[in-house]
Amino acid sequence: MHELALAIPWLGKRNPAAARGVVILLAVAAPLIAMLFGKTWVRILDFAMLYVMLAIGLNLVVGFAGLLDLGYIAFYAVGAYTFAFLASPQFELHLPFWLVLPLGAGCAALAGIVLGLPTLRLRGDYLAIVTLGFGEIVRIFLNNLNQPINITNGPQGINMIDPLVLFGWDVSKPLKIGEEITVNSLFQYYYIFLAFVALSVVLVQRLQVSRVGRAWAAIRDDELAAKAIGINTRNMKLLAFSLGATFGGVSGGLFAAFQGFVSPESFSLMESIAVLTMIVFGGMGNLAGVIVGALALTALPEVLRYVAIPVQQALFDKVILDPEVLRMLLLSLAMIFMMLLRPAGLIPAYSRYSRPELVVGKEGGK
Amino acid sequence: METLLQQTVNGLVVGSVYALVALGYTMVYGILGLINFAHGDVLMVGALVALEAIRLIQTHAPELGLVPTLLGGLAASVLVCMVLGYTIERTAYRRLRNAPRLAPLITAIGVSFLLQTIAMIIWGRNYHTFPQLVSTTPLEPVAGVFITPVQIAILVVSAALMVALMLLVNKTRLGRAMRATAENHKVASLMGVDTNKIIAATFIIGSALAAVAGVMFSSNYGIAHYAMGFMPGLKAFTAAVLGGIGNLGGAMLGGLVLGLVESIGAGYIEDMSFGFLNSSYQDIFAFMILGIVLIFRPTGLLGERVADRA
Repeated sequence: MHELALAIPWLGKRNPAAARGVVILLAVAAPLIAMLFGKTWVRILDFAMLYVMLAIGLNLVVGFAGLLDLGYIAFYAVGAYTFAFLASPQFELHLPFWLVLPLGAGCAALAGIVLGLPTLRLRGDYLAIVTLGFGEIVRIFLNNLNQPINITNGPQGINMIDPLVLFGWDVSKPLKIGEEITVNSLFQYYYIFLAFVALSVVLVQRLQVSRVGRAWAAIRDDELAAKAIGINTRNMKLLAFSLGATFGGVSGGLFAAFQGFVSPESFSLMESIAVLTMIVFGGMGNLAGVIVGALALTALPEVLRYVAIPVQQALFDKVILDPEVLRMLLLSLAMIFMMLLRPAGLIPAYSRYSRPELVVGKEGGK
Repeated sequence: METLLQQTVNGLVVGSVYALVALGYTMVYGILGLINFAHGDVLMVGALVALEAIRLIQTHAPELGLVPTLLGGLAASVLVCMVLGYTIERTAYRRLRNAPRLAPLITAIGVSFLLQTIAMIIWGRNYHTFPQLVSTTPLEPVAGVFITPVQIAILVVSAALMVALMLLVNKTRLGRAMRATAENHKVASLMGVDTNKIIAATFIIGSALAAVAGVMFSSNYGIAHYAMGFMPGLKAFTAAVLGGIGNLGGAMLGGLVLGLVESIGAGYIEDMSFGFLNSSYQDIFAFMILGIVLIFRPTGLLGERVADRA
């Protein structure tokens, strides 16, 4: 939250307390503002929150530990499918949310270790390709495990997943407060997701400055040196993979409950790349940057959808670039131009630990 | 036994296409240490441009024979891909040559998706039927093995191109400059090699090979599609790693081995897994090989380089 507040131009540096207030106010009031433009926008906000969680998780792996993971969406898939298996008519299981979500997160963490163990020695581009392969393998299995025994229901996916129910409060139904006010389920989901995001932010923030976070930064900056000063690089990398995957798993579980439906289509390579673009765009390794990146790149394609389509219709009498194409165009251009023009992202990471001249204090500076 | 022979032939054909694409990966990696993620998409552009050119020729000059039409399409696609390869290098990669290692890789992913998107805008999402100018009806079976004329053409053309590339790299002045640049940029430029030009040349040659591979791929399967470059690209990369990345001979060997493993594996996977898996899992072989090679022998079959270049 602190970093997010600091990132607000002008106000952030002058009056951090006020800036923090603004951030919290915006986060709480966001769905009300979105409602002014229609219900779809609240729905988009809900999805944006899921992407924020994914981006925070991937940032742990890529931004903090420097391990480029192109198959991150696989953990999202593991979380979502675990939820779908345990809380839907697929296997006639309807376990409660509080049991299913941690299980999904646990499965995702396990998958993270499974991916991490064999790839410990790989760095940089090799790691990227192997993780990409991992993501594709998971997707191929989800797509084909409907025979000879039907497990995943193949390309059709799993339907009628149980909604989020917390202590008898069914989030998918409008909530009645008193006689007059009813709260739409989209709003309820938003606040629940927001709570999860806030929790993640606090957790990751504490993690970053902890011993573990510093060890990750050391591994990212120079693995050999990190090893030499006594960091157990193997355990730290595995921890990064499994913790990052946990966030993916939780987000996937929430996605399954929110959507009520999962299919392999939602977990394509394109989604992995989209999440990666979000953190590259916002600022790798910086929590505030990552959140801003995720919000911006979830909202922008939607804005384009509502602006570009009517404009095209007015100009050419037909739609040349459909929304999906626009989204891909935007993401790929964001990736290329961000790397060429502003490689550290919109809000560059605080590189206190990696550049000695920035350390303020007795031993820092030159 | 007949299945085995048949799958061997199929594997060799697919493998030689992989080998051609793998050469592009390996050349660029040898010189820049960069995985040119967009290479598979250059293959896709090659196939689609050839398709477009062949359609044009067929409507405007239908009296031309089959072979000239195909050659015309091939020439157009090679030219377009050479320009494309140069443009990619010049605009997206050159500025990042000294950047941290993740930066060019991320840009490369961006370029790959940009090419796919542009292709989607131009050619739409549908699968296009690729005109099969070289016949795909099998010839008389030899020892129970069916082989089609297009498969023979693929084998011959890729063998010829590989020999030509070996000669280029080992015998000519340009090839010597390329090898010198791969060895050490700075020293090569001190010896009077214009490294920028050499790197551009590498991209151009690699893209031309990818264009030919794209046309062969589409001729063999009879389809072209905006996302068709992804899988062959990934498999060719696997082939390059399998053979030892940075090593030309290795890329060829890796491509053939991968093609063989894949098609023989796909033929037998159902028996091997007691009916649990079937041939829709074919694509998994490449990833498994990639993982196994990188874990147990990161230098590949013929490579000397270390994989741990971060």
